[in-house]
Amino acid sequence: MFVKELVINFYETAAIIVFGIGFVTLLLNRNIIKKIIGFNFMDTAIYLFLASKGYIAGRIAPILAEGTDPTVYQKAVNGVLTNVPTVEKYINPIPAGLVLTGIVVSVSFTAFFLALAVRLYREYHTLDLHEIISIMNKEENKE
Amino acid sequence: MISLIDTLKSFVDGAPVKKEDDTKLTIKKVSKHHETSFTERVTSMIEKGESKTARSAYTVVAVIMAVIIIACLIYTVSFLPHFGGADNPANSSEVVKAYIENGIHDTGATNFVAGMILNYRAFDTLGESSVLFIAATTVIILLFRHKTKEEEKIATVEEEVYEDKHDVILRHGALILVPVTLMFGVYVLFNGHLSPGGGFSGGTILGAALILYNLAFGDKSTQKFFNYNINKVVKISALTFYALSQSYMFFTGANRLPIPDINGVAGSLISSGFILPLNIGVGFEVACTMFGFYSLFDREEI
Amino acid sequence: MIYIQYILVIFLVICAISVCVTKNLLVSLIIFTAYSLVMSVIWLFIESPDLAITEAAVGAGITSILFFITLVKVDKMDEGEAKDD
Repeated sequence: MFVKELVINFYETAAIIVFGIGFVTLLLNRNIIKKIIGFNFMDTAIYLFLASKGYIAGRIAPILAEGTDPTVYQKAVNGVLTNVPTVEKYINPIPAGLVLTGIVVSVSFTAFFLALAVRLYREYHTLDLHEIISIMNKEENKE
Repeated sequence: MISLIDTLKSFVDGAPVKKEDDTKLTIKKVSKHHETSFTERVTSMIEKGESKTARSAYTVVAVIMAVIIIACLIYTVSFLPHFGGADNPANSSEVVKAYIENGIHDTGATNFVAGMILNYRAFDTLGESSVLFIAATTVIILLFRHKTKEEEKIATVEEEVYEDKHDVILRHGALILVPVTLMFGVYVLFNGHLSPGGGFSGGTILGAALILYNLAFGDKSTQKFFNYNINKVVKISALTFYALSQSYMFFTGANRLPIPDINGVAGSLISSGFILPLNIGVGFEVACTMFGFYSLFDREEI
Repeated sequence: MIYIQYILVIFLVICAISVCVTKNLLVSLIIFTAYSLVMSVIWLFIESPDLAITEAAVGAGITSILFFITLVKVDKMDEGEAKDD
């Protein structure tokens, strides 16, 4: 029963598993770039979870279907719409819009993290976080 | 022998452990620094002999915590409503119905997602553009550096000497690919309200075309039409245009002022009011930001 | 159709695990690019073409370029240091 539910919700399950792998990558790898990749995995996993919630089987993407005249949906008589698109034809557009925002934000923070990594490398000549910490400690002790 | 309580006490208080060998050393350290913080002690522990045990303990704890979190989340997933069901609480809300039924009349866009993110939820997109702008600014702060005259001389000499370093295959490929990519980017940008795409994807494709051009033909030929000042002006004017037009729409809408009917005929290129200009503004900003990221990472200037 | 989606999802998980395991940074970045491309195909399967086109341009394009450029830059810095020494 448990496994059956998971197979029905397979996108959500995969999203959670990928999230876990990204989390482990973030925690266990010493390399900064690997950590950033793990962060990206966590991002995409959450987007997959969110967007799969908005999917409805048998319906099409939220773009007005081909062959229908869009102008007939524009007219309103005394503020009441006479003709509206059928909701039963399209999937949920809200998760798609939210995820679209998230993807661009994830790019911008990836660039920010990478800039910080380049600065760290310029200072300490390594991408290994443990080595950076030990070098910092040595410098502090010297002072 | 030291009891466990003593060790813990010393760890909490910052007082040295009463061990005969180490006493002098720790006292010296304590007298040098007035007090040792928790992180300092942990890092010094890692530096000393305990590093291996500490690291393996960290690994084990991290894996156990991750497994516990994932197990809880997967257990929760098994109780979620089924994938693809029309009656899911997320899909059967009134908001979805309103966005789809009134979408074309209110926004004029046949792509409901574009109508949603650029008209109903335009504040989201403004915040997103601001995040992108702030990220570009921080990357400039972190990586930008003015080259000295000597470095510039070396760079120009290197460019002259290694002119052949730009690959022949890359050049000929770019000659074919760059116009096509630019055209595709402009198409995606301009048809955001009619078909999948819009400001972000179109702008990214434009930025990718610029990056390909730069890779193939070098910095000098790129600097001719796209330098730091142009980048700055385009980015800031795009963001300002976005903010001004959105605030105009919000102001007129909130005060019930008559809005000029700019929706046009739905389905044609020039329709859906402010969505097309907003898409173009966002697209230019994204293209400039992406190319700026690339050139800052590559050679620390735009 | 559902079996293709199963295969894609399994591929996604395998990509993530192999990125976590591989030692070589370049290899893991290439696998990450493949992961993004598979992700964009999955967006098409759950009927979100907007996300598919954005993910293909952003995830597989710009993010990978940024990672690669960072690696190249780090290597260049090492060479410059060697020259100075």
